[in-house]
Amino acid sequence: MSTTTQRPTAADSRTTSKAARVLGDRRLPVLVTAGLFLVMYVIGLSRYQNYGFAESQVFLNLFIDNSYLLVAAVGATFVILSGGIDLSVGSVIGFTTMFTAWLVERQGLPIVVVIPMALAVGAFGGFLMGYVIQNFEIQPFIVTLAGLFLFRGLCLVISKESISIGDSSVSSMAQTQVSLGGAFLSIGAIVALVVLAAAFYVLHYTRFGRRVYAIGGNEQSALLMGLPQGGTKIAVYTMSGFCSALAGLLFTLYIQSGDPLHATGMELDAIAAVVIGGTLLTGGSGYVIGTLFGVLVLGLIKSLIQFEGTLSSWWTKIATGVLLCAFILIQRAMTSRRKT
Amino acid sequence: MTTTPRWRALTHHHLFWPVAVLVILLLVNVPFTPDFFAIKMTDGHLYGSLVSIVLFGSPLILVAVGMTLVIATGGIDLSVGAVVAITGALTCSYISDQADQSALSGVFLALGIGLVAAIVCGLWNGFLVARMGIQPIIATLIIMVAGRGVAQLITDGQIITVNSEPYKLIGGGYWLTLPFSIFIVAAVVAVTVAITRRTALGLLVESVGGNAEASRLVGIRSMRIKIMVYVFCALCAGIAGLMISSNTSAADGNNAGLWIELDAILAVVIGGTSLLGGRFSIGGTVVGALVIQTLTTTIYTIGVPTQTNLVFKAAVVIIVCLMQSPKFRAKVFGAKFGGKQAAAPAPAETAPAAEASPKMEVS
Repeated sequence: MSTTTQRPTAADSRTTSKAARVLGDRRLPVLVTAGLFLVMYVIGLSRYQNYGFAESQVFLNLFIDNSYLLVAAVGATFVILSGGIDLSVGSVIGFTTMFTAWLVERQGLPIVVVIPMALAVGAFGGFLMGYVIQNFEIQPFIVTLAGLFLFRGLCLVISKESISIGDSSVSSMAQTQVSLGGAFLSIGAIVALVVLAAAFYVLHYTRFGRRVYAIGGNEQSALLMGLPQGGTKIAVYTMSGFCSALAGLLFTLYIQSGDPLHATGMELDAIAAVVIGGTLLTGGSGYVIGTLFGVLVLGLIKSLIQFEGTLSSWWTKIATGVLLCAFILIQRAMTSRRKT
Repeated sequence: MTTTPRWRALTHHHLFWPVAVLVILLLVNVPFTPDFFAIKMTDGHLYGSLVSIVLFGSPLILVAVGMTLVIATGGIDLSVGAVVAITGALTCSYISDQADQSALSGVFLALGIGLVAAIVCGLWNGFLVARMGIQPIIATLIIMVAGRGVAQLITDGQIITVNSEPYKLIGGGYWLTLPFSIFIVAAVVAVTVAITRRTALGLLVESVGGNAEASRLVGIRSMRIKIMVYVFCALCAGIAGLMISSNTSAADGNNAGLWIELDAILAVVIGGTSLLGGRFSIGGTVVGALVIQTLTTTIYTIGVPTQTNLVFKAAVVIIVCLMQSPKFRAKVFGAKFGGKQAAAPAPAETAPAAEASPKMEVS
């Protein structure tokens, strides 16, 4: 699949300039994002050296504080690679926090039983959305919008008020630290990194991963090649639902409560992280490693603003929007080069 | 099949199903509130459930009308909620800085500033979509994310309250016994219908939505049409923003117009405009917006806990979308009915055939 699309650029490379060849490289956006992350980190180091920015814990906190976003963004990467979109991410996360808190606190179930239940509910929600998208040919946008309403509504049906979790096993799980040299990672961060590694393996080394890229690249040709398109699409949305539920569990651990308004608008953060990570929104091109850098850049913006101290929280939104815009324009420049 | 031609013509009218849903929703209220349709005259103002449905639904109608044209060109505008917040924030912060908040000139200037900001947002969206060729969902996502930040920046994270009589009129005042916002909505809808249906503009919009490249080749400036609809949509959102902030006499950068983009898209879809573009119905959208507002009101009046509102909405979205999907109709009601109801290019025979081929590969 990728060789056929890249062959024309290779043939043209003799005539086109070096800049065009660089712009045509699929890895460019990931490298740009990684470079941006490094530059921002170095700026942070030079500005806040005396405030302990250089400590390795500050760096690892990026993973701890954004573990749920990373998991959600990995799920969103699959969906966007396949050429779709999932707006229900934030609501599923919110629902999972609520569901978990309710079952643990109000029903007294042990957390070990609740975790598989929450994951199953999320995956089933994703499966349903994928099924409707595939079998009734309704746009993913509108189906996942219905999912957004549904899960946010279900949160409120469970309870209007937030439920804080006082269960000892949950809090001990949340406080477990895995030390790495002089610093530590939380369980959530480790889970997120495992999910990332698994996603990397699935996307690049399995048949399913190739199918996701193929469908995102050109659905029609994937169909003509005889790829099991329907099953793949449903699986992609199921996986996104599963990742959202897992992100919800990590968020529950992180914040130790369930609230019907948790993670409102998180789907936008996840999509922004995927885009900043260099995945093409039209599908078919991108790397899950890029998503990691996208999440890290968003996290770094937050911690830089915290270190700055005088900037208000809304600058995070503005900075995210500006970055999003810049990366979309880079993508645009890339795709238009490849066409000509 | 034995029904009279007139009845069949009625059920096949594009507004039949949205209006039927609206009427059924309104009738559901009657057993719970017997005087649901009663309209009382108090202090020279008309009060009643019907009036309040239109009053509270008017920002949504405005946003949805703008959204209809954007969707008709095959696009979508997610930034309307943020535009609502920005417009309200700018206008209220300007008015609150005035020494005399009720001075007409100050209020008009504030309205102008707010609406210009909305138009700038629209121009930016249109530029990204038409000129840069970026997917509409993503292009408008930028302002959706950054816009709320900008609105909070303007209000400094606070909720700005204003105390201005002329400004209050827009969203909370009365004129000729009716809420003033109803007149604004009526004017905007009338102008939109007149411009799109009395001139060729509506046809051009549908043509661009059907096939932008083909339209360009036959000499339609599709780029200009696209920019125009995004500007119009943002302008409608701006007016809605004025209405919302005027109704509460406050600007809240965080919560003003939250989720209104989703409601507006929902209203457009209920109204029968296809998300694929190429066809639109302003009347359908107005009915769709009223359906959503009536649904909210109904949930309040029949005593269902208000928190289930979103679940109901989700159910409505799913049902409406499934009913609009030719494939679903073909599956559930049989190929004949599905084919007949489906759009002309999908004859009855192709529906089951197309459905069978991917099915085989799933197994």
